[in-house]
Amino acid sequence: MSILKMTDVHAGYGGANILNGVNMEIGAHEIGVIVGPNGAGKSTSLKALFGLLTVSEGSVVFDGKDVTNAKPENLVRGGLSFVPQEFNVFPAMTVRENLEMGAYVRKDDYRHLIEKMFEYFPPLRDKQKQPAGELSGGQRQMVAIGRALMMEPKLLLLDEPTAGLSPRYMGEIFERVIAINASGVGILMVEQNARQALAIAHKGFVLAGGRNSFTDTGQALLDNPEVAESFLGGGAKH
Amino acid sequence: MKSIDLRTITLLGGLAVIVALVFIWQGNAYGLRMLVEASCLAIVALGLNIQWGYAGLFNAGVMGFIAIAAFGTMLISYPLNPVFWQSEGPGLLGRMGLIIIIGGAITLLLSRSNRYGVPKKLRTVLTIIAAATTYLMAESALAPAAAIIEQNSGFVGGFGLPVWLGWLVGGLFAAVLAWFIGRITLGLRSDYLAIATLGIAEIVRAFLKNADWLTRGTLTVSPLPSPVPTATEIGFIAARSAYLCVTAAMIVVIFVLLQRGWASPWGRMMRAIRDNELAAEAVGKDVNRRRLEMFVLGNFIVGIGGAALVTFGGIFDPSGFSPINHTFLVLIMVVLGGSGNNLGAIFGALLVYIIWTMSEPAALFLFQHGANLIQQLFDIAPPADLPTRALQMRVFVIGLTIILVLRFAPKGLLPEKVTKYE
Amino acid sequence: MEQVGFLSAMPINEIVFFINKVVVAGLIIGSVYALGAVGLTLVWGILRFANFAHGDLMTLGAFIAFVLTMVMPGLGAAVGLPTAFVVMPIAMAITALITIGLDKAFYQPLRKTNPKPITLVIASFGVMLMLQGLIRLIWGTAPRNMYVTPKEIYRIPFAGKDIIITEPQLLLIVVTVVAIVALHLFLTRSRTGKAMRAMSDNADLARISGISTDKVVRTTWIIAGSLAAAAGTLLAMDVSLKPDLSFNILIPIVAAMIVGGIGQPYGAISGGLLVGFTETVAVFNWSILLRPLKPHLPDWIELPASIAFVPTEYKIVVPFVILVAVLIWRPNGIFKGKVL
Ligand SMILES: Nc1ncnc2c1ncn2[C@@H]1O[C@H](COP(=O)(O)OP(=O)(O)O)[C@@H](O)[C@H]1O
Ligand SMILES: [Mg+2]
Repeated sequence: MSILKMTDVHAGYGGANILNGVNMEIGAHEIGVIVGPNGAGKSTSLKALFGLLTVSEGSVVFDGKDVTNAKPENLVRGGLSFVPQEFNVFPAMTVRENLEMGAYVRKDDYRHLIEKMFEYFPPLRDKQKQPAGELSGGQRQMVAIGRALMMEPKLLLLDEPTAGLSPRYMGEIFERVIAINASGVGILMVEQNARQALAIAHKGFVLAGGRNSFTDTGQALLDNPEVAESFLGGGAKH
Repeated sequence: MKSIDLRTITLLGGLAVIVALVFIWQGNAYGLRMLVEASCLAIVALGLNIQWGYAGLFNAGVMGFIAIAAFGTMLISYPLNPVFWQSEGPGLLGRMGLIIIIGGAITLLLSRSNRYGVPKKLRTVLTIIAAATTYLMAESALAPAAAIIEQNSGFVGGFGLPVWLGWLVGGLFAAVLAWFIGRITLGLRSDYLAIATLGIAEIVRAFLKNADWLTRGTLTVSPLPSPVPTATEIGFIAARSAYLCVTAAMIVVIFVLLQRGWASPWGRMMRAIRDNELAAEAVGKDVNRRRLEMFVLGNFIVGIGGAALVTFGGIFDPSGFSPINHTFLVLIMVVLGGSGNNLGAIFGALLVYIIWTMSEPAALFLFQHGANLIQQLFDIAPPADLPTRALQMRVFVIGLTIILVLRFAPKGLLPEKVTKYE
Repeated sequence: MEQVGFLSAMPINEIVFFINKVVVAGLIIGSVYALGAVGLTLVWGILRFANFAHGDLMTLGAFIAFVLTMVMPGLGAAVGLPTAFVVMPIAMAITALITIGLDKAFYQPLRKTNPKPITLVIASFGVMLMLQGLIRLIWGTAPRNMYVTPKEIYRIPFAGKDIIITEPQLLLIVVTVVAIVALHLFLTRSRTGKAMRAMSDNADLARISGISTDKVVRTTWIIAGSLAAAAGTLLAMDVSLKPDLSFNILIPIVAAMIVGGIGQPYGAISGGLLVGFTETVAVFNWSILLRPLKPHLPDWIELPASIAFVPTEYKIVVPFVILVAVLIWRPNGIFKGKVL
């Protein structure tokens, strides 16, 4: 059964629509990867499905329920978490408080989860009392992902988690994403490093001009010469 | 902008009818007085419209700029005070001026002394000491001078120059003050301009109220010279009509100049800045400089209008300036009339001022009757200060109007025409 | 023995005068500013606009306390505290409710239209005028006394002289300290307090984390409104209750907020105290402190009768000058980095 299904979604920022029919479907426990040129509407798609933009046409079904234009706080409760591309930590709050904010809607004792995040992201343990704004880019990204995981979501939305990171951190984040997925969390991720990302993806979506250009399994997209030509920067694989 | 649409015609026609009714109801002399005052405020509104409507700058201290301009007019046009000029007053004031110049020069030099090898910390300390000493010396030089002037000659008096020059200088005073405020706050968040202008307005008022040697303070200065023959010479109606001709001519001139400026490349650039600051900045426009120009120009016009208003009243009374009458009333005129539309600002000024003046008897009437009714029904005596309280109702209504306009007609009754520009 | 000799050589009169006129007075007015500025800065942090109606909320709170005092004048005597102080919590609650009502009626609909921040500022001027008009309409413009019984005056002996502090002043200091500690605990320990900080830090991310904007906004207004009412009531108890506090209090509290770094509650508290002390220092007549030196000075130095930086009539200049100085040199406040 699919955990998420977007059907023919149209949405925009008040002016003309940016999305003109986006379709995505991923199964529970799968990794979905969205790739595409700059301005294709990748981030906009995530915002639309997270209820941050008004969907004017089409539908979003999450975990069997229609959540088109649902409030973010209800989606969070329902098991969807979102790590935006930018400004994804509370800079003036400590690392620990950032994680606590991730669990804001939880009513139970979540201290063991904070502990779990420190296991996922060991560098954060020593920095838990530091304001997140003082961390390096890679560590901030860890805080951001950790915050989103505090709800133990069914599906995690990641918008370019490796943007601007050094290769070392990039590898580390990819490793974490795989580990998180292995623990049973579905992932829908926008990535610039398309090859690397599609290689770990169960499903891949190539967006251009606010709609799907190609939709297939990750491996199939990598093997598709047309996709390689237009979106992956030439045919050669490394 | 060329074609005048039906809405404009209807609104202006309606306004004309209201004006006519006021003339019929209250008589010609009253109607004329109201029109003259409204026309002066229309000039002020045009000035504020440059700032708020065109540049998006919120000036919350119109009162201060009107007051300083009125002071400028008074200083220039009021007759010379020979007693003062023959007393030791000018000498004492000159001494104070000398202290300020010398002290200021020393302070300035010290503030740059780090260029000659003085450590920065020491420079800061020295500069502050020099500034404080200069200030205290000037202050203590002023105190006896002020006392002597007040005792011997009342106050400094004016220069006895023509009234039009007074208005011009008044406008310049307002513009210079605006330049300082603008320099400090225009690069910062928009709320800072609001608080800075609000503050400077209160300070100008406090200064004018308390500097008796310069302004006679609560004793007020009157009669201010008028640019046209006065009522005692030619009668109320003729005098007020003449004054109205002057202010109307000024409105026409300012209106035409502004419309032209607005249609010029300069105006296009200003709109671009207001509507999309980031884009304008991106193409390399010096946004803050342009805004400063607008702010200063706007306050120059505000000052001229304010000077004309106070001159018409014939009395310079520092305590007479109030945020309600001189700041928020004008703000309402601009936002209700249609910010960004000069015709709207003039229309708003007339309409709001008529409502404002008429609301005084209306509020008193309502409250008196309401109070009588309550007394008859429940035998509760109205408070003794009922009239003053009743007038506070108008303050409430102004506040409510501001919010309602923001919410339901943010573009005003005569909205700015959206002109395409490239 | 030596102690006494040392003390007698000190100009005790003048020092005590200084303590009374500068230290105590500055602490008092600084506390009022601090309580006002905290609310202002919290609202700014959450809603991103300077609420110029805040000064009139203080006045409104004080008038509500005044009405309650008149309704049940005997209440204080029963507890041994001034009645106005006993009813203050009720006044705070009522003011908080009114504040939420004002938000619902006037600010919230505007916020929905996604306005420029300055639009909300102008709206707050509208609310300010409405409150001013209503207050004077209902209660007139004459000053009123918040005390049903005479004020207690405490004299703290200090080297043979008395440091004088009145009951409302003492209460004001206590309330300020309690409010600051409570606010600190609330912001750093409680779930809602942390959510407030999160929203002020990154509003979009707070929403994404499932924090309810409405709840945080409501909490913010409750804190701002009730602190404003407390500050207004205590100030009115100390001096007298007048409807025209408005700009005279607004400019100092805005200055305090900006000095402390806009959006930062701890900064606002320090800013409030700083502005308060600066005001009292600026209007203080320093020649009184110099007077004991007179016998030791050569004859040609004549001490002026008054050496004050600012004449009392120009007191409002002081916060303004601080404001302008901060805007010129440190537009982000005088404290480095974020305190919140
Ligand atoms: N907040 C916004 N308001 C208006 N337009 C936006 C906003 N954010 C993005 N856009 C526009 O939407 C389009 C898609 O942007 P986005 O989804 O961020 O692209 P990407 O695929 O690179 O993530 C772009 O043309 C961009 O200019
Ligand atoms: Mg993007």
